Amino acid sequence: MRFLLIEDNAQLADAVVGRLALDGHAVDHAGTLESAWAFINAASYDLILLDIMLPDGDGRDFLVDHRKAENRTPVIVITARSEVSDRVGLLDLGADDYITKPFDFSELEARCRAVLRRQGGVAANHKTYEGVVLDSTSGGLTINGNTEILRNRELRLLEVFFRAPGQVFSKSHLMDRLFSFSDEVSENAIEVYVGRLRKRLDGSDVRIETVRGLGYRMVGKT
Amino acid sequence: MKGLIAKGSIRRRLVLQLGAVAAILSIAFFLVVQVVADRAAQDTQDNIIAAAATAIADALYADRDRVMLELPYSAFSMLGSISQDRVFYRVVERGQTLTGYDDLPIADSGVSKNTRRFASFTYRGEMVRAVTVVRSVSLRDERRAVTVTVAQTQRGRAVISSRITATATAIAAVFFMVATGLSFWAAQAALRPINRVARSVARRGPNDLRPVVGETPTELVPLVGALNSFIARLRVSLLRSEEFIADAAHRVRTPLATVRAQAELTHRRLNKPEHKKAIREMIRAIDESSRSAGQLLDHAMVTFRTDSLEKTPVDLVGLLAETCDRLAPTADLKDIDILRDFPEGPFEIQGDPVLIQSALRNILDNAIKYSPDDSQITVRAFEDDGFWLQVRDQGRGFGDADLGKLSQRFSRGANVADIVGSGLGLTIADEVVGAHFGRLVISKNKKGTGACVSLVFAQP
Repeated sequence: MRFLLIEDNAQLADAVVGRLALDGHAVDHAGTLESAWAFINAASYDLILLDIMLPDGDGRDFLVDHRKAENRTPVIVITARSEVSDRVGLLDLGADDYITKPFDFSELEARCRAVLRRQGGVAANHKTYEGVVLDSTSGGLTINGNTEILRNRELRLLEVFFRAPGQVFSKSHLMDRLFSFSDEVSENAIEVYVGRLRKRLDGSDVRIETVRGLGYRMVGKT
Repeated sequence: MKGLIAKGSIRRRLVLQLGAVAAILSIAFFLVVQVVADRAAQDTQDNIIAAAATAIADALYADRDRVMLELPYSAFSMLGSISQDRVFYRVVERGQTLTGYDDLPIADSGVSKNTRRFASFTYRGEMVRAVTVVRSVSLRDERRAVTVTVAQTQRGRAVISSRITATATAIAAVFFMVATGLSFWAAQAALRPINRVARSVARRGPNDLRPVVGETPTELVPLVGALNSFIARLRVSLLRSEEFIADAAHRVRTPLATVRAQAELTHRRLNKPEHKKAIREMIRAIDESSRSAGQLLDHAMVTFRTDSLEKTPVDLVGLLAETCDRLAPTADLKDIDILRDFPEGPFEIQGDPVLIQSALRNILDNAIKYSPDDSQITVRAFEDDGFWLQVRDQGRGFGDADLGKLSQRFSRGANVADIVGSGLGLTIADEVVGAHFGRLVISKNKKGTGACVSLVFAQP
């Protein structure tokens, strides 16, 4: 997905850009509203991440102008303010959602997905492997023309495999992707989700292999 | 209002003062009429008796060396015209009574020719009014001074006088009543602008901090001006505290966000399990502090807003649905389903939607936090002697904690040491429902595990 991050704090922006890039997203960073408009006019984005306090204006004004320009790109506001005071204003001004600093990237991703899903019309985010189609936005898994909606963790796990078919992922790596930092889970928990994915993939040419001692990988039948 | 003692009404004071003035004027009017009327009656009687005396004096004539008198009866008929008054007369020449009542006193000292002298005195047991005139009659060789005195009782005058008194009293009374009525009206009219200003101040809600505008009487301008400047200062200080809370949040959260994002990035890049573990610990600590900071600030904001509660119509079901939408992605991360059991119609109450949503978010957030993966949270809205908004999870419940104490600040369940939390969530919810005259109901699920938290609002 292609993101535009409007955030004046350089360190935070760097980290966000770096972290989203790890998940394969393309992120442009604008430090001011002025450069943000330049980016928006030059390219199209799937999603805009917007900070409120910016050096050359208020993010809320940007939100209003953005909606006035009938730009449909969804906006998620990254707010540092108290949720109680800001909530009403942001959603009323046309934000699609908001996330409070500091945020968990999996939560940000989940919110992005929810926003995109709600908006519908956006070109589906498809990945295909060996005839199996995965739609990251809706969580739909299509096998032989039948579409099932995956549960959140199944989707996130399958996304990891789809990004690099054939590559072996360690249990701990997969764990990190699936569970939040506050969850205390044993590594065996990952087996549950791999098991579920295998069931989902039944009847297709794709399967998830156990590589003893190393982890798992996704391979085609051939 | 404490400390404000209502003492003395301007209206009453105005009415009393105007009434007193009216009373004084009425009495003065009465006295003046009395005196003038008395005087007029006196003058009339004086003129008549003087005319009678003159007529008698004119009837004096000289017959050789004697003064003769032929009483003109017309003079007496003139006197009789007033009323049933008795008339006395005496004509004296050189100390000799020519005719009339011998004992009628004559006040002729200082009475010269062609003048007359009036006197009032008691004669034969009655007040009389007397006039004395002196006439000189020419005899053959000398001129003789003859004194004519005519006296009349004052019954007629008393009758007239009392009639005038009665009329004057009636007029004064009517005047007094009309004046008092007018003073009520005048007080009312004079106070109307004050009442208008007072009403426009009293009508405003607790959060209406606009200045008082509109027509204001000159006398009230300093007072209203002072009130307006007070309102302006209050508004500034309220805005400042709201800004302060927001600013504090910003200053705490932005660096935390940077640290967390960097840590997460580093965590992904590191390979050694012990390094990863260290970063995990760090992120958990960041989450804990940011959550506490967030809830402290939210709590400050909730306290601030409940102090100056602004009430608008709120649809509880709508708010609950919105909160569920908002938290669904968070629940989704743990594969938790939020099952909704809402009625058709709205549950409408008067309240602060921002506060109520904050309370709902806190209890739903708690439910998600303490729920196991792949579980369900049931969110219900129903009517049962009030509007119930209920969140039921399949988590670990509250353990053996005292359910009554859970809503106290920083108090947490007995079995949650391993989960990040500040213990303010239920406090916030409790304060919010308290401010709306509702209550927080915490219970254990009847079967199985899990907690059940309800916000109960009174039906309007």
